Amino acid sequence: MSQNRPEKDDPALDAKKTISLPISRVRLIMKSSPDVSSINQDALFLTTKATELFVQHLALSSFNNGCGKESNSLSYSDLAKTAEETETFHFLTDILPKKILARDYLKSLEQMQEEDADL
Amino acid sequence: MAEKPEDLNLPNAVITRIIKEALPDGVNVSKEARRAISQAASVFVLYATSCANNFALKAKRKTLNAADVLAAMEEMEFERFLEPLRAALEVYKKGQKGKKEVSEQKRKEKEKKADCEHEKSKEDEEGEDEEEQRMEEEAEEGEDEVEN
Repeated sequence: MSQNRPEKDDPALDAKKTISLPISRVRLIMKSSPDVSSINQDALFLTTKATELFVQHLALSSFNNGCGKESNSLSYSDLAKTAEETETFHFLTDILPKKILARDYLKSLEQMQEEDADL
Repeated sequence: MAEKPEDLNLPNAVITRIIKEALPDGVNVSKEARRAISQAASVFVLYATSCANNFALKAKRKTLNAADVLAAMEEMEFERFLEPLRAALEVYKKGQKGKKEVSEQKRKEKEKKADCEHEKSKEDEEGEDEEEQRMEEEAEEGEDEVEN
């Protein structure tokens, strides 16, 4: 990998292009985590960049994995499905629960009560 | 200054842009999906931070560093991120160094301007000053390398 860097190339500008998310906001979230004292500047940058990669990865995986592909769309249920089915996204199942119709929920509640009665 | 819960969310506009760039052209993304991805991203930051912090604590350090974050990615099974992260970090570090050099240059120029006014009387001492500045710079660079 050869890198041609003309003298007029400003490395500071190139660095700015590498991330879009605001580092300050990411820092806020990180600091809200218990037991975290201080964060090195490089670590802050990496976390921000990783979050961007994560957003891309989640969006694309959910799109490829979900039902929206036929209709060329990405919906909430695609995300919930991916969170449940893909191991690396398991940590999201609490905040991306699958949605069920109220009547289906009530039906399953009834079934559980019947089973308890049998016992 | 109270911390509002909303402040722990990432800006919607940027999240939307990242999503659009990741997906093929023309894919419709529902508002609900966008909001969910944004929340997932915040949770990701927390999870990554907690994981990285464990590595730092294990090494008896109080400051999270780059290695901790990379180790966290591996732990979370996001090895696919490691290469692009390392590459981005390289560019970032060069940028930081560039910024430092630019501000160093500006400082030197300012000093030179001030010196010009005293030039006639301090002509002999100027050479020594430059040498001192160069030695300071080299020392600083050395320190940087140690930190990184």
